[in-house]
Amino acid sequence: MRGLILGLLLFASPALAVQPDEILADPVLEARARAISGDIRCPVCQGESIDDSSAPISRDLRLIIRERLVAGDSDREVVDYIVARYGEFVLFNPRAEGSNLILWLAGPALFLAALAVAVAAQRRRLVPEARLSDAEKARLSEILKE
Amino acid sequence: MIVELGHFALILALMVALVQSTLPLWGAHRADARLMALAAPAALLQLGLVALAFAVLTWAFVASDFSLAVVVSNSHTDKPLLYKISGVWGNHEGSLLLWVLILAVYGAAVAIWGGNLPDGLKARVLAVQGMIGVAFLLFMLLTSNPFWRLAAPPLNGEDLNPLLQDPGLAFHPPFLYLGYVGLSMAFSFAVAALIEGRVDAAWGRWVRPWTLAAWIFLTIGIALGSWWAYYELGWGGFWFWDPVENASFMPWLLAIALLHSSIVVEKRESLKAWTILLAIMAFGFSLIGTFIVRSGVITSVHAFANDPDRGVFILMILGFFTGGALILFALRAGAMEAKGVFALVSRESALVANNILLAVSAFVVFIGTIWPLIAELLLDRSVSVGEPFFNAAFTPFVVALALILPPGAMLAWKRGTLSRSLVSLVPALVLAIALAGLAFAMQTGRTALGPIGLGLGAWVLFGALTDLWARTGREGVGARLARLIRLPRADLGKAVAHGGLGVTIFAVSAMLAWKIEDIRVVQIGETFPLGAYEVRLDDVREVEGPNYLSTMGFMTLLRDGAVVTELTPEKRMYPVAGMPTTEAAIDYGFLRDVYIVLGDRQQSGGWAVRSYIEPFANWLWAGCLLMALGGVVSLTDRRYRVAAGARKAAPQVGVPAE
Repeated sequence: MRGLILGLLLFASPALAVQPDEILADPVLEARARAISGDIRCPVCQGESIDDSSAPISRDLRLIIRERLVAGDSDREVVDYIVARYGEFVLFNPRAEGSNLILWLAGPALFLAALAVAVAAQRRRLVPEARLSDAEKARLSEILKE
Repeated sequence: MIVELGHFALILALMVALVQSTLPLWGAHRADARLMALAAPAALLQLGLVALAFAVLTWAFVASDFSLAVVVSNSHTDKPLLYKISGVWGNHEGSLLLWVLILAVYGAAVAIWGGNLPDGLKARVLAVQGMIGVAFLLFMLLTSNPFWRLAAPPLNGEDLNPLLQDPGLAFHPPFLYLGYVGLSMAFSFAVAALIEGRVDAAWGRWVRPWTLAAWIFLTIGIALGSWWAYYELGWGGFWFWDPVENASFMPWLLAIALLHSSIVVEKRESLKAWTILLAIMAFGFSLIGTFIVRSGVITSVHAFANDPDRGVFILMILGFFTGGALILFALRAGAMEAKGVFALVSRESALVANNILLAVSAFVVFIGTIWPLIAELLLDRSVSVGEPFFNAAFTPFVVALALILPPGAMLAWKRGTLSRSLVSLVPALVLAIALAGLAFAMQTGRTALGPIGLGLGAWVLFGALTDLWARTGREGVGARLARLIRLPRADLGKAVAHGGLGVTIFAVSAMLAWKIEDIRVVQIGETFPLGAYEVRLDDVREVEGPNYLSTMGFMTLLRDGAVVTELTPEKRMYPVAGMPTTEAAIDYGFLRDVYIVLGDRQQSGGWAVRSYIEPFANWLWAGCLLMALGGVVSLTDRRYRVAAGARKAAPQVGVPAE
């Protein structure tokens, strides 16, 4: 469903994003490279990660990631390196910094607020019940008569 | 001539919808039986006219009438008949016509089967349905007319996008629309109830089957789309958190919440205002989904209709219906006083928790989907939100939901005892933990997601079975089994749907955690290992299809030297559309799928091949089907056919909790 149709129009062979010749010999480094590239967005496709994309720029980015990893960079350093060149648009996992905090905290905040409202409504529902027991009784007997 | 007939029918349908949306409403207000009685025949006439228009468009596709613009852009004489027909809704204009057709089908269904509804409510519901019809018919006729003729018709068409030429995708949009549009019924009932100022148990019972039906269709539609993505796109993935997927997922989540809260309205006459609000929001999110898909505002692959005019029109429709309903809600919600009170530990409270978790998870999906838009418009910041965000922000709420589901579903109404339902769930808990432990011991060194997902799924599944078993009483096994068959269908449906959720949770985590991937260059004749299997590439040949050329790999799947099956992954080229596609070869199995994709010929010789072992893939579709099946079983419950009639028969008092 991702940016495939456009991708298909522009490039052949969408099936093989990661080409066999890109794969690093060290399986640990390769696993790290795959994990990083799964979270980096292809800059020219529509919503594809560079791991899935067959665009030439994605291949370049995958190769850069592997180069940096072989050079001894940490995962964070590799991601910073790419963000410094392509902007935070390429991050599928928006960093919880600045205004992005709204995005990250909106769900938990709404959850807590909803919980508070529900508990308050629950309390409110219980209070009049105790007071109105006479009225309820009267109504009950009225209904029983029907 | 035939095409003009369809066009004319569509315009007439708009006129009929205008009548249907105004006169019965006025009649209900004035208690004028003659005006109210107009609603049902108008709804039937509207269905007839829209169906005629749809039949005409289908004819134009089947007969390849290339004087129509939509047929030229989406069809070709060489296309197989099935895809000529599915091409009718494989484009913006035609899919809107399908939308309106389904809307008319639901309206007519109320006209036919709504005999037990009070006249006023029926007239108002049909009038609101009519208004939605007016809005979408206007939208279609003004901005996206499927009957637009070309002055100079070409000799042949431009073909349907080859990715859409697929049986799974042929039926994905109709099901999705049956779901989206089905939620308009809940919306119409909610608005009609707000106009009347009355919501009671009978209302809950009338609105529930429509919501249930909509949800069943939505479930099947989403599952079909996910299945299609799995076998057609060649990544072995099944969900990508694409904006358009999210657009169908949000109404699905809210429909589940609505299903559960309308139970509380029906059984306990509580949560009325909230249920009305949910009904408005569920349809509102269907409209938002339509907006996202049709306007292309959040660019995604599905945006085959990137057109700002259309986007603005849909935004106006969205604003009118959601905004109008919310204003009505603000004015009238005060009239919906709750009758049934309940203690903090009770089935009602568990359902409130279910509603909070579902509504919040739908909100998380919503904010994740529109955040790039907000950030760009208001903050001048260009960001992306993708899978890692949704996995991190959405999953906790689903996990919480799965954790509370089994005990919550077993609590008594009004006032329950948590300890009692927990005690009966001890076997399910022990089994779930044991399975998780077993998986953890067997998988050594892989992510903890697999065992946790297995434990959680088992907890939900066995919890559902425990709940069902507890309903059969306390006698001998024989008597309980006999009673099991005679349980209300709603109880059986509940167990099946909850069990389906358990299976789905397990399958999703298994596919994410235990997938095996292999990418390599393979020479013809070479054999390579894949998990417990070996794969041999026997040959690669060119093969000609009806409207495509294929490069087909011939591969043999072996296990311990014995042939399991032959696999033929393909790369296809559709010359008319000028697009290549990949057709993965999949050996479907009970415990795993073997999934092979053929790539390009390498300069060094040999072919690139990507292979996966997808554990428990079929369980995912089975889980979705079980959920839908649970809905169907519940829909056949006797009370919708027998007791749905009289408002009098509804429980009249809420008894205060002692």
